[in-house]
Amino acid sequence: MSAGGVLAIVDPVIFSMLSVALFLAFVRLVRGPSLPDRVVALDLIAALTVGFIAVYAIDTGERVFLDVAIVVALITFLGTVAFARYIERRASSE
Amino acid sequence: MSELLSAALMLIGASFLLLAAVGVVRMPDLFTRMQPATKAATLGVACMLLAVAVYFGRIGITTRAVAGIAFFFLTAPVTAHLLGRAAYFVGVPLWEGTVIDELRDKYDPLTHTCRSSAEPALDVRGDPRTDG
Repeated sequence: MSAGGVLAIVDPVIFSMLSVALFLAFVRLVRGPSLPDRVVALDLIAALTVGFIAVYAIDTGERVFLDVAIVVALITFLGTVAFARYIERRASSE
Repeated sequence: MSELLSAALMLIGASFLLLAAVGVVRMPDLFTRMQPATKAATLGVACMLLAVAVYFGRIGITTRAVAGIAFFFLTAPVTAHLLGRAAYFVGVPLWEGTVIDELRDKYDPLTHTCRSSAEPALDVRGDPRTDG
């Protein structure tokens, strides 16, 4: 680990907080009564993934991971827009 | 110094993301759930990317982190609006404690256009639903 004193202490705390948040978002993904609820949960999971990647970039000192985080954010945006369009189309065709 | 600052930013960002997840689980209906998932999560991710920018402290990384934050701030409202609109058309139920639904009878169910409150309400003859 390239990180020094403070980050060595803080990093496990942040990883565990993000893991708990990921679990809670997954609970909503499983339980969500409607399809839009599940899409919201997926959106949140993607934001949490971006956070994970950012912390991992600091943890390992690898700068390339920031690009990965931005690409994940971009793809998630497209995915959520596609989901919203799909839900709306399905509503109007019924 | 930058290490301390980035650690603090990461803690703030992780707290916001955790709060967003708690809100998504605890909120009573979809439209209140979208609130933490959009706002708190955006702020959390922005703090995380800012922590990366502070930690590395190079112009290339900072530019990319700021671009990522700007992208998140631009796209989060767009996705929330699209999703909320789609969910409203599908007829996702509102929380039973909802006080007011200002969009009720404003949306044309066929064309999905919204009419403002300045225009008169739909009567039977002007209603496109009765065509054909």
